[in-house]
Amino acid sequence: MGESTLFKVEGASKRFGGLQALSDVNLTIQSGQVVGLIGPNGAGKTTFFNVITGLVPADSGKFELAGRPYEPSAVHQVAKAGIARTFQNIRLFADMTALENVMVGRHVRTHSGFWGAVLRTSRFKQEEAQITEMALAWLNYVGLGALASARARTLSYGDQRRLEIARALATDPFLLALDEPAAGMNGTEKRELRDLIERIRNDGKTVLLIEHDVKLVMGLCDQVTVLDYGKLIASGSPAQVQADPLVMAAYLGTASAKKTKTPSAPSAPSEPEAAAATETSMGGAHG
Amino acid sequence: MTPSTPFLKRCGRPFLLVLLGLVLLLLPFVLQSFGNAWVRMADNCLLYVILALGLNIVVGYAGLLDLGFVAFYAVGAYLFALLSSPQLTDNFDALAAAFPNGLHAAWWWVVPLAALLAALAGALLGAPTLKLRGDYLAIVTLGFGEIVRIFMNNLDQPYNLTNGPKGIGQIDGLEIGSLSLAKTTQWGPLEIHSVTLYYFVFLALALLAVVVGSRLQNSRVGRAWMAIREDEIAAKAMGLNTRNLKLLAFATAASFGGVAGALFAAFQGFVSPESFSLMESVMIVAMVVLGGIGHIPGVILGAVLLTALPEVLRYVSTSLPALTGGRLDASILRQLLIALAIIGVMLWRPRGLWPAPEHGKAMANKGAVNG
Repeated sequence: MGESTLFKVEGASKRFGGLQALSDVNLTIQSGQVVGLIGPNGAGKTTFFNVITGLVPADSGKFELAGRPYEPSAVHQVAKAGIARTFQNIRLFADMTALENVMVGRHVRTHSGFWGAVLRTSRFKQEEAQITEMALAWLNYVGLGALASARARTLSYGDQRRLEIARALATDPFLLALDEPAAGMNGTEKRELRDLIERIRNDGKTVLLIEHDVKLVMGLCDQVTVLDYGKLIASGSPAQVQADPLVMAAYLGTASAKKTKTPSAPSAPSEPEAAAATETSMGGAHG
Repeated sequence: MTPSTPFLKRCGRPFLLVLLGLVLLLLPFVLQSFGNAWVRMADNCLLYVILALGLNIVVGYAGLLDLGFVAFYAVGAYLFALLSSPQLTDNFDALAAAFPNGLHAAWWWVVPLAALLAALAGALLGAPTLKLRGDYLAIVTLGFGEIVRIFMNNLDQPYNLTNGPKGIGQIDGLEIGSLSLAKTTQWGPLEIHSVTLYYFVFLALALLAVVVGSRLQNSRVGRAWMAIREDEIAAKAMGLNTRNLKLLAFATAASFGGVAGALFAAFQGFVSPESFSLMESVMIVAMVVLGGIGHIPGVILGAVLLTALPEVLRYVSTSLPALTGGRLDASILRQLLIALAIIGVMLWRPRGLWPAPEHGKAMANKGAVNG
């Protein structure tokens, strides 16, 4: 497993009107690791995701991927640079087949255009065959090979999640960013998902994982980063993070009252950890 | 071919295609014996097939509702009209001096030019509408269609460019080599009328439209368009440059419209703004939706039905005014029946008369058994 730095964010900030969704967040991801991003509801996890993938522009911050700085200003350029993501609320191309969904993932690494398609040049045919082959390979990888020609919307929930991961993997990303992949899954599905993510890591990919399910994150991740109210409050190995008093405070609340908050803010700190693991939608979600 | 094509379909395909080809080739000769009006109807059907296939790219593949498609039809028609009629030389002395015999531009470069110009107009319309979707896009495109028509209607001042509402006449017909398509031709014992000659030209271009449309559909670009239709944000996240892809969709669709327009001008010998009303745009959208949005055979069916049905009804319903004492005449009945047909189709076949096959369901069930 490589020890080199794959992804680095320094000082990422984002403000939505009166809400400082992210303030000065730093994150470094070593290549070949699974990094978990956790935090109570409304902590800014999804905003962070949207910022690094270019879905919402950051107010400030320095971003670096695979040794090169990148500017997350346009979503499609981020994908090209090598970050592929999935969505908290599944966003598949519902009326296209599973295979076609993954084939779209190959778009960014292929080149044939309008004239190639119309004239059916040999280059086009070659590339098309290659796209199909690779897409099928990724479908098999996530275990959906048998459902290649099923429309995405006819797939079961767990299969849709896996199809989304296959589609993201097909873009040959440096970093695979999964936004709450286990949300709404039952125990079996979660175990399968865990196996899949482990397999992806073992095949040398780097994964950034937002997850509410703390058990899943602690069991799977090499490094865990905790956000609370847009600030990074802890980062380290799962054991370190679990023992961190700030994290305990964020999830369980402390005897001494924290900073005063607006009454409308989600009152996650006073809730037990189990409540944070439920799949209620996040306040800061903009995806 | 995708691996999912059913076995039976693959087997029977060559045979069906040959049969269809023979029918299409012989059709005008059969129709000719009933009168030229019927062949003319077939010609119109083919023109609308080209238009509907073009609109299908932007509405069916890319999912962008375009209610001003007829504007591109108008661009093609007026380009051909201006370059192949005395309109410009009559009104501009400098041009008349430069071309003492009239412009009479050759169709083989005017038609591609019409495609190009329409594509440019398509990109021009696309550019400001990139961020719009659904109803909002429909309104803007509708406005664009009207703007083009109003321009054609009013560009007779200060310089008489389009001759305003009076339209442009005396447009040259198509000429292939020494064969003028505007006259009846004797071919052995066979008498081929002008409308029949046009039929074959239109058929060839309609086939070209089918080929281009289906090749685009099964390509990297086509899949990207459909991805935008399904979920634009996810498409962007997959690295698709949605701006360029949308512009490409608009331009490609518009070029189909431009070609159809140029053919229309040559065929009719006369164009006026009246032919490019909002109603035309609506009818083309109706063809695509009624037939089966995004599915080429369905779109062709929709175009043929909606073009032919009114004409057929015109003949069928001639006895009606007498029956109702003149209160119901053919044109009213036509509109009534077409409206009823559209409502009926939308009620009972909301995905269109001939929608894309739903092979997804069967496969999903099979997968459920296996897994």
